[in-house]
Amino acid sequence: MSDISKKSLTEIVKLIKKKEIKSEELTQSFIKNINNDKKLNSFITNCSENALKKAQNFDKSPKLETLLPGIPIAVKDLFCTKGVRTTAGSKMLENFIPSYESTITNNLWNEGAFLLGKLNCDEYAMGSSNETSYFGNVLNPIAENTVPGGSSGGSASALAADLTPTTIGTDTGGSIRQPASFTGTVGLKPTYGLCSRWGIVAFASSLDQAGPMTKTVQDCALMLEAMAGFDKKDSTSINKKKENYSKNLTENIKGLKIGIPKEYRVDGMPKEIDRLWENGKKILKDSGAEIIDISLSNTKYALPTYYIVAPAEASSNLARYDGVKYGFRSTKGNNLIEMYENTRSEGFGDEVKRRILIGTYVLSSGYYDAYYLKAQKVRQMIKNDFDQSFEKVDAILTPATPTSAFKIGEKKDDPISMYLNDIFTVPVNLAGIPAISIPAGVDNNNYPLGLQLIGKPLDEQKLLNIAYAVEKKINFKQSLNRWWENNV
Amino acid sequence: MSIDKDKIKHISKLARISVDEEKIDDLIKDLSSIFNFIEQLNELNTDKVEPLSSILNLPLRSRKDEINDGKIRDKILENSPQKNEEFFVVPKVIE
Repeated sequence: MSDISKKSLTEIVKLIKKKEIKSEELTQSFIKNINNDKKLNSFITNCSENALKKAQNFDKSPKLETLLPGIPIAVKDLFCTKGVRTTAGSKMLENFIPSYESTITNNLWNEGAFLLGKLNCDEYAMGSSNETSYFGNVLNPIAENTVPGGSSGGSASALAADLTPTTIGTDTGGSIRQPASFTGTVGLKPTYGLCSRWGIVAFASSLDQAGPMTKTVQDCALMLEAMAGFDKKDSTSINKKKENYSKNLTENIKGLKIGIPKEYRVDGMPKEIDRLWENGKKILKDSGAEIIDISLSNTKYALPTYYIVAPAEASSNLARYDGVKYGFRSTKGNNLIEMYENTRSEGFGDEVKRRILIGTYVLSSGYYDAYYLKAQKVRQMIKNDFDQSFEKVDAILTPATPTSAFKIGEKKDDPISMYLNDIFTVPVNLAGIPAISIPAGVDNNNYPLGLQLIGKPLDEQKLLNIAYAVEKKINFKQSLNRWWENNV
Repeated sequence: MSIDKDKIKHISKLARISVDEEKIDDLIKDLSSIFNFIEQLNELNTDKVEPLSSILNLPLRSRKDEINDGKIRDKILENSPQKNEEFFVVPKVIE
């Protein structure tokens, strides 16, 4: 059989169900790729041994009536996994072993999958290049000196390099969609509340949402089906009927109305991105959709709003890391307060500290109204823009990122230029709506570029259908020379 | 708004993060440029806008205040950096 690890998740599941391959054989092929990788640094914890045991157990009495029968899956190291170290990419949690399992990973295991490893990410998911991780930066398989994006950079890198057949990430401001775009893969941020947040290391609770990262749109539908569902342990989980996204997937999008927001055409945007967007419009039109110009007038204020709301929530969420209950503790300090201060100073990296300080400031006495309250008002205006647009259109088409993957170190010393990377993805989180990034072309360097489709709340099926139609017409293929397997 | 050394010291005290003296200048530079960026919001008139309070358009669910687990002391203490058999241990607070 041709290399199984290169196949889509959907194909693999079919082969398992037809008993044409065993889970052990499948798992071995991914373990081989993981062992051959010398450079990507996409894994923080390798669970190969345990995965192999699980695969062998599965093969003894295969349960084939599940969505992910006998499938090994590596996940972002932000999902708590019972008995397996969960670091969030931070020194603070370097030795943290959860005694419980996150709802999302549990849902995957209930569908027949098992854990292959824990994937690198920006520290506490704060970053757009995977350069803030305490466990070192991750490389993008598309070219040796490029970043995979972030914060789910390890997830995107491992997926694109065939080290896992599918993966999951979290998206607070673009952390699934931007790395998907940088690595030529598919990434979906679901509607806020569709996937449970319980057991995910918290960054900004009103923005955080888990979602699938996959090789194809069909895989994405399958994974979302396995992940989504009501969870009483998450107070913001939406109680609704489960949907069969993969079964109901169709490329028939005739008559759908697609909005093109003029505010997403930003100054200095590379010509290739513009061309990509035009091509996307043309494909949708050819598929029978109607293209409608719309305005999302407060788009330029989304990023400044995000950099108040997200750090504010982070400063509150990360107050729990005090060196007492779990995590790192500094040995320096003469009293309790100094122990706290040194623990947090030594345990957190620079970007995380920067954001805690910003968040603390915008919530502090005398500044709350000027910053935090103001931002929550603008957030409402941004949400209103989307609500009004969705009275006229079914979905919105934009580029996923303003550039292709950049070089390591290129933006590291300039926080604002790093933050600008999320300019097209952040508004979606602020409004709590779903969006998907799909590979749609390449730039002059042959680096992949993504298109983003944004949908109405809980309208994931339609969003997947449109993405499916575009994917079929674009027929994006990526062939990588596997340079990361060389030792020299 | 201008960010100076005193302000950095004040915020870091509130956030319980000690900041090295030699890193303060870099922090002033970074935070100043970030605040400069976020202060774009002042261009917008928001007098008649209600602040967003929930993204779901739904009220939060309430539940009965019932005990649903317990007797997991050892599990809770498992990850503590310093403990004795029953308690988290911290530097002495009361003389």
